[in-house]
Amino acid sequence: MCRIGAIKSRNYVHPSQALQLMQSQQKGHDNSGFAMVMHDLGGIFENYKHLPTLSMAATDEGVKIAEDILHQAGFQRVMQWVPETDDRPDLDINAMPNYVFETFDYPKVLRNTEQKVKEDLLLDMRLKLRAALEPNDEGFAYSFWPDVVTLKEIGNPRDIGTYFKLWEPDDKFTAKVITTQCRQNTNYDIVRYAAHPFHLQGYTALANGENTFYLKNVEFQRKLHRGYIGFESDSQCFLYTLHYIHRELGWPLRYFKHVVTPLPFDDIEKREDARQLKAIRQSLGHLEINGPNTIIGVLPDNTLFTCCDAKKLRPIVIGRTEDTVVFSSEVCGINEILPDRDWATDIYPHEREIVTIDDKLEVQRWKQ
Amino acid sequence: METMRVQDVTPNDLPWKIRYDAHRCTLCGSCVAACSFRAIEAKVERRRLIFSESEFPEPKARFSAVPVIRQVKSVKNYCRGCGICEKVCPNDAIAPERNPDSRHPIITRCLGGDSIKRGGRKNLESTVRTLDKLRIGRISQMTDPSLDAQRHTFDMLAPFGRILPPQKLPLGVGPEGLLQTTGTTPPVNWIYPVIIGDMSIGALSWRMWEAVAMAVAYLNEECGLPVRMCSGEGGVPARLLKSKYLKYMILQIASGHFGWNRIVKAMPHMVEDPAGILIKIGQGAKPGDGGLLMAQKVAEHIMAIRGVPKTDLLSPPNHQGLYSIEESVQKMFLSFNAAFKFRVPVAIKVAASATSVSVFNNLVRDPYNIVGGFFLDGIDGGTAAAHEVSLDHTGHPIVSKLRDCYLAATAQGRQGQIPLWAAGGLGKTGDLAADAFKMICLGANGVFTGKLILQMAGCIGNDQGRCNACNTGLCPVGITTQEPPLVRRLDPEKVAQNIVNYFLAMDTEFKKLMAPIGNSSLPVGRADALVATDQAVADKLQIQYVC
Repeated sequence: MCRIGAIKSRNYVHPSQALQLMQSQQKGHDNSGFAMVMHDLGGIFENYKHLPTLSMAATDEGVKIAEDILHQAGFQRVMQWVPETDDRPDLDINAMPNYVFETFDYPKVLRNTEQKVKEDLLLDMRLKLRAALEPNDEGFAYSFWPDVVTLKEIGNPRDIGTYFKLWEPDDKFTAKVITTQCRQNTNYDIVRYAAHPFHLQGYTALANGENTFYLKNVEFQRKLHRGYIGFESDSQCFLYTLHYIHRELGWPLRYFKHVVTPLPFDDIEKREDARQLKAIRQSLGHLEINGPNTIIGVLPDNTLFTCCDAKKLRPIVIGRTEDTVVFSSEVCGINEILPDRDWATDIYPHEREIVTIDDKLEVQRWKQ
Repeated sequence: METMRVQDVTPNDLPWKIRYDAHRCTLCGSCVAACSFRAIEAKVERRRLIFSESEFPEPKARFSAVPVIRQVKSVKNYCRGCGICEKVCPNDAIAPERNPDSRHPIITRCLGGDSIKRGGRKNLESTVRTLDKLRIGRISQMTDPSLDAQRHTFDMLAPFGRILPPQKLPLGVGPEGLLQTTGTTPPVNWIYPVIIGDMSIGALSWRMWEAVAMAVAYLNEECGLPVRMCSGEGGVPARLLKSKYLKYMILQIASGHFGWNRIVKAMPHMVEDPAGILIKIGQGAKPGDGGLLMAQKVAEHIMAIRGVPKTDLLSPPNHQGLYSIEESVQKMFLSFNAAFKFRVPVAIKVAASATSVSVFNNLVRDPYNIVGGFFLDGIDGGTAAAHEVSLDHTGHPIVSKLRDCYLAATAQGRQGQIPLWAAGGLGKTGDLAADAFKMICLGANGVFTGKLILQMAGCIGNDQGRCNACNTGLCPVGITTQEPPLVRRLDPEKVAQNIVNYFLAMDTEFKKLMAPIGNSSLPVGRADALVATDQAVADKLQIQYVC
């Protein structure tokens, strides 16, 4: 079973906090990998928030392929950060030769075009990079988006942290939102892409659980959007549904909950908005999830949220202080990084609500 | 001139022989009175007894006339093997026995010069059913727990009506961040995933049809199961059309348009909309052939409901006004959506065929979004009268065809937009929940069933040629006849009770199948929940092969 966690803070937070959050829950996961997506970046990325950053793990050849593609498309590199690594031999990590975090400026012709055009281009470029890197496993393009970086690797999370020197806090590599998870995909093949969190056009999602409607979700999503690819993990479906509902259809977040865990028909009939809810349940029935899940998600405005399956078969707890909110599968993770909080204010969300945390750390509990 | 009458019909030429034990018979006459086919009769036999009364043998003969029961030797009044004689005999003195040496298919054609007609079911020996080679093999365990069939709630409803793709939903975000409806959507009714499928009043006796209607009303009003019944092509009693129970009825129109005069006239008086309209283009048991109601079943009340004289009623094989799929869509659009002011979903029923996917594709791509259901009927179904050659030799199995249609929709990202309903031999083994569940996993939204309903009512026919006399109007159990003495054999309340109980049992069984795969709503298209024990079946249906 996965353990998932997320931190959202008024201040910039170093990934060592994320490692600590997960380390105390290590009995609950299988220590087969580490993955995190950081939004609202600080440190060396703070001045480049409006420009896309490519997060990639690749061979030398892979780096060359990717850079050639981006340069050919007119992207100009404005910043590059290569994490220092500790390559002592006894670490349990299946490392790629290069980890690249490069920030690019948009092609000149596009600099004044509307945001939507840029966003579509960023997605197309990432898909192109992914396709070009796939033969011979030359590399993995995790995200290419402004103010977002992604790191994923196979191995023991403790050793992965050591390898990237993430246990030592600094102010160079920080973010206000970090989502994280410590397990490779154990249901299907071990592929770097299969580790959640997953990212698509500003949206991030990770999940603890299983999606028993995986096949239904996949068959439907494949035809919905060019960006819905991969499906190495059943949890990717949650991200794509989030992206589809919130971005493509433009519906408020609450309707994500109505889509993935629709109310029973009997309950719908009793409501004032029965007509809308029924229409949603009808047309989006193939995006329902039916199985045990807790989902944590991040929206493009850096709102952090969580919701559960309709039977509350997976845990999640939210702890908070004045300047930090932490989501965690187990409360021991929160105790680790927020030891002095008032635990009486911890939130244990129920199966029919979405809990959101905005930039002011205001908690909203929206009941379905 | 023949020296012997070898052409004469004898019981050994017929499909069933009567086994009769004169020693046990009390000559009560019950069997002869009960046999609706007049296949047995009372006769007097001449007997010769040799006896001796003296001390030394002095044989004498005594002749006597003994009353007995005998089988009628006729291709018209032949025994159908229904076994009613056995049911009514107090002494087990009589019963039909299957005759493996029957010459019936040949002599009937030779003597009659006409095709054989009979009640509908395929009687050719078939291999193991495809559905019996499938198992629900994806069992939730450990991290993905099974549900508790008793404790959890299950949402087991299926759509009847056209469903819009999400991007076409007329929804806009209102001032408070709530979605508001900005236009109209086609009507959709969410109903129980098993429809009691189209058997007309006419094909069925009035008591049988009423019993089904009663069961449906009871299931809805008392049991909370929104089961719908399709009228079949034969009209609906005016009293029902004007009652609140019309909302549980799907009205069918087929090429004969039987009964629609009355339905149209009743429309101003309707207090409820019907649950839907089903336009029957074809049916699985006799594809390419229209309905057939023999004159002997066109009783007075049938003549009244259908507005016809007493004659053989043949629905033409096709709708006379339809020349293309597009036109059929137009016809639905103009006639029925408009007639009920776009409040009632309109669906289409076709026979499974090698071309079903093409028809389905045309409908699912129709830009007006008006086809509210695709009812696909396979070869193993059928309850009515038809030519035997059609029943046995034409048609297409349902399982792969349903799957083909679902996969065609999936390939276009249009799954679910036209709900798929499947039928044709489902529940043949008596276990409809399992068959329906497997069809749903393969992509059906629901199933419809007819023959099984008759069996719940007491139909004694089977696929080995037993009875199959639905066409004759002489149904021995009062289900498919309009003869008052035969109809009265059927107790409609008992039939309704059987149907209600079967549905309640099936509902529990559905839950027992949904719980282990961890689903609380119907797993439409969850082919990953199925495994096949046959490689060819697995390949064709695109599911996992196991052994």
